[in-house]
Amino acid sequence: MSCIDQLDLTQRGHEILEVGASPRSSATTNAVLIKRQGDSCEAELIERVLGGDDEAFRELVRPCEHAVFMATQVILKNEADAEDAAQEAVLKAFTNLANFRGDSKFSTWLIRIATNEALMKLRKQRHQKLHDSLDEQREGEEGNYVPRDFADWREIPSEAVQKKELQQALSRALASLTPKHRDVFVLRDVQHFSIEETAQLLGIRKSAVKTRLLRARLQMRDALAPGIDGSWSTGRTEYEQVRPW
Amino acid sequence: MVVEISCEEVWREISNYLEGEIDVELRARMEEHLRGCKHCTAVLDGTRNMVQLVGDATAFELPARFSHRLYQKLDRKLADDRPSRNEE
Repeated sequence: MSCIDQLDLTQRGHEILEVGASPRSSATTNAVLIKRQGDSCEAELIERVLGGDDEAFRELVRPCEHAVFMATQVILKNEADAEDAAQEAVLKAFTNLANFRGDSKFSTWLIRIATNEALMKLRKQRHQKLHDSLDEQREGEEGNYVPRDFADWREIPSEAVQKKELQQALSRALASLTPKHRDVFVLRDVQHFSIEETAQLLGIRKSAVKTRLLRARLQMRDALAPGIDGSWSTGRTEYEQVRPW
Repeated sequence: MVVEISCEEVWREISNYLEGEIDVELRARMEEHLRGCKHCTAVLDGTRNMVQLVGDATAFELPARFSHRLYQKLDRKLADDRPSRNEE
C-alpha cells in the first residue's frame, strides 16, 4: 500500500503559503478572503449536511468545483480521467464528512482528497503501462539545471491568463516535465501544498522535494518564456524577443 | 562585506529563495548579485511570475457541463444512501 493510500482523511489540511516576496495571486487572495468570511458559514453547512440536509452539501462543494477539477486535471492530464477522479473525491468527501475535524478549510480537505484520488489513479495507470521513460532513468535529479532563456518577462498581462493559448501552453509545459518533477510541481505550485505536505503525499524527503521543485520551476519558466516574452503580451502571433539589454 | 556568489549558485538557490528557505547571509549575497546581474534577475522574476501564473485557479478551465454531471452523480449517490440513512 502506498503512502497515498494510507493518508488519513481527517488529517489537518495545508495552509496556503505566500511564495517569496511576490504579490499574492488572485486565487490566493480569494482563498484568504473566502477563508476569513466563510469559516463560520462552512461549519454551519457541515452541521446541516450531517443533520441530513443534502442540499447543504452542494452548497459546500460548489465554490470548490474548479479547484477540485484542477487538482485532478494537472496530475492526470486527461479531462475524462480528471473528471472521474474529481467526482470520486466529492463522493468520498460526502461519505467521510463526519470524519472532517474542521481544523482546516473544507475546500483544503476536499482538494487533498481529490489530489489523492488523482495520484492513486495515476499510479495505477503507470503500473499498468510500466512506462517510465529512458530519459527519466538517465536523468539524475541532483544534476544542475541551467536556464536556457534569459528573457525578461516580469510583466504578465492579466488578460493573457484568460487566453486559451496560455492554458494550452501551461498544459504543454506541464506535460514536458518528467512525472516525478511534475508531481512535486503540481502539489506545491498548483495545489499550494507545503513542501512538507508534498513530501508526505509523495513519500519522499523534503530535500528531494526541493531539488525536484527547483528543476521543475526552471524548466517551466523556460517552457513558457517565449510566449510571455513576446506573442502573448503583444497579441501578435510571431515571436518577439524582449530583452532587458 | 558580502561575499560574491556566481550565477550558477544563484540559479541553484532560486527556488529556495522564493520559498524564503535560505539563511540571511545567503539571501544578502544573492540580492547583491541580483543587483548587478540582469540574467539572474530575469530568471528570478520569470520563475516567480510562472509560479504565480500556475497558482492562479483561472489558468485552467472546467469542461463543459462538468457541474451538471458532478451533481447528477452526487444525486445518485444520495438516492442510493437514503434508504440506509432512513433506517438508522
